[in-house]
Amino acid sequence: MSSRENILSKIISIPRDGKPLPETPDFSLKGDLVKLFTQSIQANKGEVVGEEGLADIIAQNNFKKILSLASQYEEFSNTELPADPHQLKDLDLAIIAGQFGVAENGAIWLTDENMGLRALPFITEHLVIVLEKKSLVANMHGAYKKIGLPHSGFGLFIAGPSKTADIEQSLVIGAHGAKSLRVVLV
Amino acid sequence: MNHPQEAAEFLKDAANAKWHDDTLWFVRDKRDKISKSVPEWEALRELASQIKDNVLANLETYLVEFEKNAKANNIHVHWAKDAAEHNQIVLDILNEHRCQAIVKSKSILTEECHLNPFLEKNGIEVVDTDLGERIVQFLNQPPSHIVLPAIHLKKMAISDVFHEKLQTEKGNDDPYYLTQAARKHLREKFLGAKVAITGVNFGVAETGEFVVCTNEGNADMGVHLADVHIACMGIEKIIPKREHLGVFLRLLARSATGQSITNYNSHFRSPSPGKEIHIILVDNGRTEQLGREKFRNSLKCIRCGACMNTCPIYRRSGGFSYGSTVPGPIGSVLSPGIDLKKHSSLPFASTLCGSCSDVCPVKINIHEQLYEWRQEITKAQGTNAKSISMSIANGIFAVPFAYKISAGMMRGALKILPDSITYSGLNTWGKQRDLPELPKESFKDWYKKNRK
Amino acid sequence: MLQNKNIGLFIPCYVDQFYPNVAIATLELLEKLGCQVTYPLGQTCCGQPMANAGYERDTIGTTKHFLKTFKDFDYIVAPSGSCVLHVKEHSPTVPGLESEQQATQHKIYELTEFITDILKIDSIRGSYPHKVGYHASCHGQRGLRLASASELHETPFNKARQLLQQLEGLEWVELNRKDECCGFGGTFAVTEEALSIQMGKDRLEDHISHDVEILTGGDMSCIMHLQGIASRNKQNIQFKHIAEILNEAIS
Repeated sequence: MSSRENILSKIISIPRDGKPLPETPDFSLKGDLVKLFTQSIQANKGEVVGEEGLADIIAQNNFKKILSLASQYEEFSNTELPADPHQLKDLDLAIIAGQFGVAENGAIWLTDENMGLRALPFITEHLVIVLEKKSLVANMHGAYKKIGLPHSGFGLFIAGPSKTADIEQSLVIGAHGAKSLRVVLV
Repeated sequence: MNHPQEAAEFLKDAANAKWHDDTLWFVRDKRDKISKSVPEWEALRELASQIKDNVLANLETYLVEFEKNAKANNIHVHWAKDAAEHNQIVLDILNEHRCQAIVKSKSILTEECHLNPFLEKNGIEVVDTDLGERIVQFLNQPPSHIVLPAIHLKKMAISDVFHEKLQTEKGNDDPYYLTQAARKHLREKFLGAKVAITGVNFGVAETGEFVVCTNEGNADMGVHLADVHIACMGIEKIIPKREHLGVFLRLLARSATGQSITNYNSHFRSPSPGKEIHIILVDNGRTEQLGREKFRNSLKCIRCGACMNTCPIYRRSGGFSYGSTVPGPIGSVLSPGIDLKKHSSLPFASTLCGSCSDVCPVKINIHEQLYEWRQEITKAQGTNAKSISMSIANGIFAVPFAYKISAGMMRGALKILPDSITYSGLNTWGKQRDLPELPKESFKDWYKKNRK
Repeated sequence: MLQNKNIGLFIPCYVDQFYPNVAIATLELLEKLGCQVTYPLGQTCCGQPMANAGYERDTIGTTKHFLKTFKDFDYIVAPSGSCVLHVKEHSPTVPGLESEQQATQHKIYELTEFITDILKIDSIRGSYPHKVGYHASCHGQRGLRLASASELHETPFNKARQLLQQLEGLEWVELNRKDECCGFGGTFAVTEEALSIQMGKDRLEDHISHDVEILTGGDMSCIMHLQGIASRNKQNIQFKHIAEILNEAIS
């Protein structure tokens, strides 16, 4: 008997009462979605900037290698998406477009086509995500309704920069992933 | 393995024990604050509990559905009946790809299966990439908490081991400095690894996808640079539909660390072109637990660690005092199912205060299960001194006359014994506490005199 | 007021032996509030210590005796949350007495919830000019839900506080950890002695650092444990069961 058969037959042999699957109600969120989203991103140690803000950030920082997959900011790119993600190891700034954001927690949904390569949002030193204000939803229930069930190879809810508090509960920004997350709300 | 002894040891360093207690209470407090900012918090817990009840009642159906959908998306699905088989499957995949060095993100299941020592014995270098796990790996320790692996360590201890292993400055215990050193060191490992192993927070039957949640981004740094991703999942981690992720992701991080969501929530549905994803569905005693009606719903656990943070015993004795992969309240319900004798002191390492059950996001009645395990353990221990004295006690309390005699004798005895005997080392109550002052008469005596 | 109802007073075994004043205060308090109270002399123990130690199955004799002792009362009231919870939820089913057992489980109350929920007394009038710290004993707190739990997202309430808050001069002290366990836990107090003591010390520190004069609660087991530690360490704090405070305040 294969392990699959072994495990499944063990489970099947256990008598259990039926337990119905509950319906998830429509929970609402009170307040201005842009304001709540901004507060959430800030709580996650990210930053929200306006369009002009992005140009300022680039001007003020010494980003050597920049890659933008967001069509409206292609002008900032000075490198191309490689075939091999390992070659992104010295990428200073990645600018990508998010599909929508979630106000209750600052989560932004991305799939393969937004990232180019799956490693991109993690391996880049700094990350900028461009997001439309009108795309915001209130909470995670609304988020999954919006995503629906289409096929996506890889999907990511990203809500801030890489962080850890593993050393005596002291919060450190920039563990293994991007050291910053700036969201450009347009 | 004796929890009372380990706890007493832990408490000997009073300053350290207090620091450990305060630190974990701080995490509990963060959880309280954020849960009170969600008006529907209790409704979410009830939903999550019912969804998981439905999962356990239909586990075979959801597992088959998950497998079918995952395979249709090019994910290789393996089944392992126990830890040994799980470990062998991992090794076989590594050998197939001629891989001798891997990176691994947090997976309590792989701890449970003792994967690391097995792989190392077979010549594989295993690098745990979660910062807390890398720290304890350097120290040759298991994690002391399922979410905060290094919570028992002060930063200077971390600085010392980083100085030894990563050549950081001696005495520099700045968390930012140490984290950057780990970042640099682990980057190299990520860039070099051909195979990456992760755990699984949730497997979705409807779509065949699975979700991994981190704050560090280490799971993703591993898998997206590697050629092969091996995901290890306990069979109970299944949820029915994608929409249910909405419920669980709202509860998980808030319960675990008091944040609204982890910074990365990766949904793996199919591999990148040219790459492989494997998922190993592991039993290892879960079907046994499923068969124990009183303990079945401990399988609802989503491994948030909230019960550990709230437990006044866990905070004051530390994860190592439990001697089990999963410590704390939920560990004390899961572990006796795995080895009753070894873990028989764990259900008694509790005052049954019930705080754990109130913070559990999936409403596991942890404290009630601890009570039930006590009944099972004494049955398994058979007749011994304690059970004899309990039967005698039952005899005394079943008969008023006997109660009157023995209680009167006890009070009488206490009155005439000198303090040196009453408070001798044999009397554990009296080691650090006084006995109550003896009244001249019992309430019964008073009532008879004054009311009858 | 409960006309024509007979209340059976249930006194935990260790209260009978070591804290008769708490039992007297409970009796007098209920009588002052208009109740007809009898203390059946044949009562012994509810069986909790044995059940919590893992021997619930051996408490059938004790449980049977409890049911018989209290079967003719309309209500059973005890100055103890943990004993009441045990009778309601953890006493073994006594074969042949199932319906009596169910009836008993529905008519047994802890003292403060009896006053607020059955006697429907909003709060007690009187005088008690002291700084009072409340210890939320766990079985009453999370078992009988005598007060809102700090873990839950719910509207705050506290039956003991409700009864105390109109007392003239009483100052209710807010603690750092409102409902953390004191560490008594029955046999835990002896089997995990080091932890039990540390938990007790930490509770005391919370009260003392907030200048609590009198530490009160609904369970003498917790108070006995805390008092034992305070006395050994010569700490300056008094202990009273809530029955004693309410009874004193009324007279």
